[in-house]
Amino acid sequence: MNIHVTGQPGALGLAPSITVEGVTVRYSNGVTAVNDASFALGAGTICALVGINGSGKSTLFKTLMGFLKPAQGRVTIAGLEVRQALKRGLVAYVPQSEEVDWNFPVLVDDVVMMGRYGHMGLMRMARRADKEAVEEALARVNMVDFRRRQIGELSGGQRKRVFLARALAQGGQVILLDEPFTGVDVKTEDAIVGLMRELRSEGRLMLVSTHNLGSIPDFCDQVVIFNKTVLAAGPTGTTFTEANLQRAFGGVLRHFRLGGAQLHDDADDRRVTVLTDDERPLVLYGERDHEVVIDASRDVVR
Amino acid sequence: MIDLMLEPFAYQYMVKAIWVSALVGGVCAFLSCYLMLKGWSLMGDALAHAIVPGVALAYLLKLPYAAGAFLSGLLAALAMSLVRVRTQLREDAVIGIVFTTFFAAGLLIVSINPTSVNVQSIVLGNILGISDEDVVQVAIIAFVSLVILIARWKDLMLVFFDENQARSVGLSPTRLKILFFVLLSACTVAALQTVGACLVIAMVVTPGATAYLLTDRFGRLIIIAVAMGVATSAIGAYASYFLDGSTGGLIVVFQTVLFLLAFIFAPKHGRLAARRAARALPEHAA
Repeated sequence: MNIHVTGQPGALGLAPSITVEGVTVRYSNGVTAVNDASFALGAGTICALVGINGSGKSTLFKTLMGFLKPAQGRVTIAGLEVRQALKRGLVAYVPQSEEVDWNFPVLVDDVVMMGRYGHMGLMRMARRADKEAVEEALARVNMVDFRRRQIGELSGGQRKRVFLARALAQGGQVILLDEPFTGVDVKTEDAIVGLMRELRSEGRLMLVSTHNLGSIPDFCDQVVIFNKTVLAAGPTGTTFTEANLQRAFGGVLRHFRLGGAQLHDDADDRRVTVLTDDERPLVLYGERDHEVVIDASRDVVR
Repeated sequence: MIDLMLEPFAYQYMVKAIWVSALVGGVCAFLSCYLMLKGWSLMGDALAHAIVPGVALAYLLKLPYAAGAFLSGLLAALAMSLVRVRTQLREDAVIGIVFTTFFAAGLLIVSINPTSVNVQSIVLGNILGISDEDVVQVAIIAFVSLVILIARWKDLMLVFFDENQARSVGLSPTRLKILFFVLLSACTVAALQTVGACLVIAMVVTPGATAYLLTDRFGRLIIIAVAMGVATSAIGAYASYFLDGSTGGLIVVFQTVLFLLAFIFAPKHGRLAARRAARALPEHAA
């Protein structure tokens, strides 16, 4: 039987998933960037990847993209080897802003069309389905009015949305987002989060690398806490705790705690803890070991 | 007057020089669109110099000179990418080391066998005196390169713009980059005949840089650059008949004139447009 690879990878009946089993990645200079990392994610998930700069998050992303080969262990996407998954257009990638050459002579349209290359023939001639996919993706991120602009002429938030549109046009069932909130205003952040929620309800799987600790409980249902290896992985409610974050960030994380007489007149044990990695802080409230995340951070501390 | 204008076309060597220059100019301009965007412009210069030992050895061993040049250029390109991947050195340092080494080796070979090589025709080019075998070599190189570029220009654009995305649609950036450098060395060899080793750099940088000032779309960038490369090369070869000057020199002078015009008058990215925008801004703010 011939497998007909269509524009919609979902048509192949492959549910999006990421499985990382005992993965170790070494650079040619001998540095081990990722050591024995394991986690698994399924369809309809938004997972935050949290860790300090230099913790190997980027390396992990590159490994998921097949750019780096693990020295040990195995990565599978939708049950396939990374190369096979890429060939079927299952994986889309939203790069960090710093990685993009904004002076490159391409328009918004051209960039989004790049997401369709995997669906085109050898000469990469755009067919009707490709044009429609671009149109639809631009509409979804509200960028139709900017389609004829050169990408360097856009604001930080608009730039992000262009690359999100590219991932949408590609039809990737697994979307890797590298720091999607850096240099983005609150309005755009909300728009991106809203879009990601929609994509989750469509059954897609998103892995988001972010320093924006405060917004993680808002929209991520899974968390992978990372420093060279997986320190903790699981549902946000049980994994995204102060103790785990302290392990991942050590002294790097800014940390404030208000409790006792600073907050209360009576002998109330409850306290407020603020953790921040220089972006939106995470605020916890409650008794020791029973603190819960409260979502008061946005407008107060920002 | 018209008789005088048409005079060069009466000579077969002039006709040959004009169309060979135009073909080579077009392909080099195509490559320039990619080269200048990556900050790899000096790579063209490096390759042109790195070819010298190959040419010298080919003369010595009585082999076709394009083959020797091509092999030595390829070797230099591979050496450069190897050093770059395996060390933390910056690109310009790597290029500097590799191309001077090759050029030095070339000079050494020439100095040991002074009679076998005409250094001047390598360094300055000699399109008016090109032999028929060389025309065949150059034409094949340029034509094949052009066909490959037309077929793969979008893939190459994607690799140059965003390697990770290229990977995520199933392309191999490494393979495409190797393809690009093979084409670049091949076209540098071809351009050696028209403008010589010293001026190849202009052929693989200036048209792309000029077009960059005139458009924001990559497809148009290529069309403008190639049109410019073809026109300046053909006119340069044609004009050298009257001025009795170096063809390579004329081609590059024409390209530079176009660049300067674009630099000043380009509708969006030129100096005048920038000044207009700067003048408009305070009014707008007020």
